[in-house]
Amino acid sequence: MLCERCQERPASVHVTRIINGNKTEVYLCQECAREMQPQLNFSIPKFLAGLLDYDPGLELKAPPAIERCRQCGLSYEEFHQTGRLGCPECYHHLAARLDPLIRRLQGSSQHRGKVPRRAGGNLRVRREIEKLRGQLQQLVEQEEFEKAAQVRDRIRELESRLGEQGGGQ
Amino acid sequence: MSLNLDRNSKWMEGSGPQADIVISSRVRLARNLQGLPFPNLMNQAQEVQLIRQVGQAILAPGVFQSVGELKLLNLRELAPVERQILVEKHLISPDLAEGKGEKAVILRDDEAISIMVNEEDHLRLQCLLPALMLHEAWRLADAVDDALENELDFAFDQEKGYLTACPTNVGTGLRASTMLHLPALVLTKQAGQVLAALTKVGVAVRGLYGEGTEAQGNIFQVSNQITLGRSEEEIINNLSVVTVRLADQEREARELLRKQNRWQLEDRVGRAYGILANARILSSQEALQLLSDIRLGVEMKILRGIDQRLINQLMVRIQPAYLQFAAGKEMTPFERDVHRAAKVRELLAG
Repeated sequence: MLCERCQERPASVHVTRIINGNKTEVYLCQECAREMQPQLNFSIPKFLAGLLDYDPGLELKAPPAIERCRQCGLSYEEFHQTGRLGCPECYHHLAARLDPLIRRLQGSSQHRGKVPRRAGGNLRVRREIEKLRGQLQQLVEQEEFEKAAQVRDRIRELESRLGEQGGGQ
Repeated sequence: MSLNLDRNSKWMEGSGPQADIVISSRVRLARNLQGLPFPNLMNQAQEVQLIRQVGQAILAPGVFQSVGELKLLNLRELAPVERQILVEKHLISPDLAEGKGEKAVILRDDEAISIMVNEEDHLRLQCLLPALMLHEAWRLADAVDDALENELDFAFDQEKGYLTACPTNVGTGLRASTMLHLPALVLTKQAGQVLAALTKVGVAVRGLYGEGTEAQGNIFQVSNQITLGRSEEEIINNLSVVTVRLADQEREARELLRKQNRWQLEDRVGRAYGILANARILSSQEALQLLSDIRLGVEMKILRGIDQRLINQLMVRIQPAYLQFAAGKEMTPFERDVHRAAKVRELLAG
């Protein structure tokens, strides 16, 4: 069998795609399959998300698991009744259901205000780096290269401090 | 520490920017400690422990250097009437005064700083100043917060900010509010319309004693609704701008009244003064309405010889708990109305 795409080389790859319930099958050669890769890209998160949307009827039979905060034991349902969370950890353990609510209530999900000096971790440093990057860009545009170099060095210094603390989060 | 109930709070001074309309400015920060459940799930031992820990923290030299001496009061040690007076002075919430369990309040001598312990959150840090001084109140609250943060580990998340018992406070934990006297907007029937527009810019409107209360004596409280995704300065700026706009609207309405209904306006102020200076029985509601009329007279310089400080003082001193405290006994509503009228006559006579 020849490749269905180039009609030249022998087909050695069999691709089955199911999109919105429509099944299509193609037989391709190695090269054409590689060229078509982006379209065939298999993404695990997308696949899993698809599974969550797809209800085979099994989930209905099993009783829904009650999510509880692993620190204080509060369930989302209990929160729903009182409007009060049980402890700071609830924000983490009940995030799946709490986060959409917070976005709805607050119209945002990212804190942009004050960061406490001690409990804030490296967020203060990261905010500082962000600010310096803005300055750096401005200085470069104004061709103030000497000052820009100083700011760049300061950014490097802060970044290395972040690195020592174990990176990003 | 003994409670000096006779002293006037800082916010009652009645002077400062926009003092002809804005009575007071408040900034509140909600803070919780790491590793403890929120107050609604705390047991008594944890409540006692928290009060002890916070009581220690305010004694730190850094706190004293930054904001001066703070004193802690256990609510358990106060009589119900004393707690109620703290509510009437806007220093604590009704929930803290009436709630079960171990609760405390921390005060600075001028009562510009009050910190509720074991309310809805572990700490509710409030700064209350006269007139439109939101920025000053924020700077003070920020300083208290910084000083306490050196001593206590606050629950903070890099994404969600300060973690609070209710997600409506998460992020900055900041609720800023101003108290405004808007009689001309009410008289010209614009209040409903103007205040309804505020909700569209993220500002909530309430009555004199906060959530769920009606606007008594034409006094309204406006506050920010959103606490996450904006910086403290943005929230404070936004509310300041809204407050100034509201004050401008009120001033316009006052000038309109002066132009079109001058005699009715002056008559109203004069009559209110006449009743307040001579009545022998005054209900709380009637008194607050008449006080609003003479406040308008003072603010519009129709009535001379009285200042806003006196009116603020009157507003607080005619509340039920204050009257009972002054009389040294519990009273029936009728007895209170008689005492209220006497108190008003006494204070107006100077």
